[in-house]
Amino acid sequence: MIAVVIPIAMALFAIAALLNLYRLAIGPDLVDRILALDTLMINSIALIVLSDIWMGLGMLFELALLIALMGFVSTVAMSKYLLRGDVIE
Amino acid sequence: MIRIDMPWTLQLVVVAFLLFGALVALIGSWGLAKLPDIYMRLHGPTKASTLGVGCTLIGSLLFFSHQQDGISVQEALVTIFLFATAPVSAHMMGKAALRRRLKSVPGTRNVPEK
Repeated sequence: MIAVVIPIAMALFAIAALLNLYRLAIGPDLVDRILALDTLMINSIALIVLSDIWMGLGMLFELALLIALMGFVSTVAMSKYLLRGDVIE
Repeated sequence: MIRIDMPWTLQLVVVAFLLFGALVALIGSWGLAKLPDIYMRLHGPTKASTLGVGCTLIGSLLFFSHQQDGISVQEALVTIFLFATAPVSAHMMGKAALRRRLKSVPGTRNVPEK
């Protein structure tokens, strides 16, 4: 049952990533593009976790945690740059 | 490929978590692509996507807690990190959008003055 469902869930997350790429391409402002990149990071975390279950490894969580950390820090840095014109004051 | 040596009730629970998470994340990204306004677009991913990825990670936690010995806490770590940081990043993006005075749809209440 799980072997049938995991490709379906990966396909749904892939469609979600394509919608994020669409918003990243047409986004009228920089904030839309930052939001699209942040959502793309979150969807890629889910794809990594699903491929971890699919391969039965159980050792890709560090990768997911690193990507979550990178996504958060880059989102906050770009928003801070748009807010103040400077990342670290 | 994965070995299936789990009881079918646990498989049913894992499958329900995975499918619900994927559907909710798809709805969040659809909202990101469809809604007309940045202040509306902030709602879709930051709520729905976090719930979707959280459900997927809980399904993964149940799966690997059965496959390996003991409870695997790494997924819980990722889930807690995502739940703690998604509102912060959404708040920062909303502040940046307000600072750049992006347009909102007509009928929005409490629009800041130019």
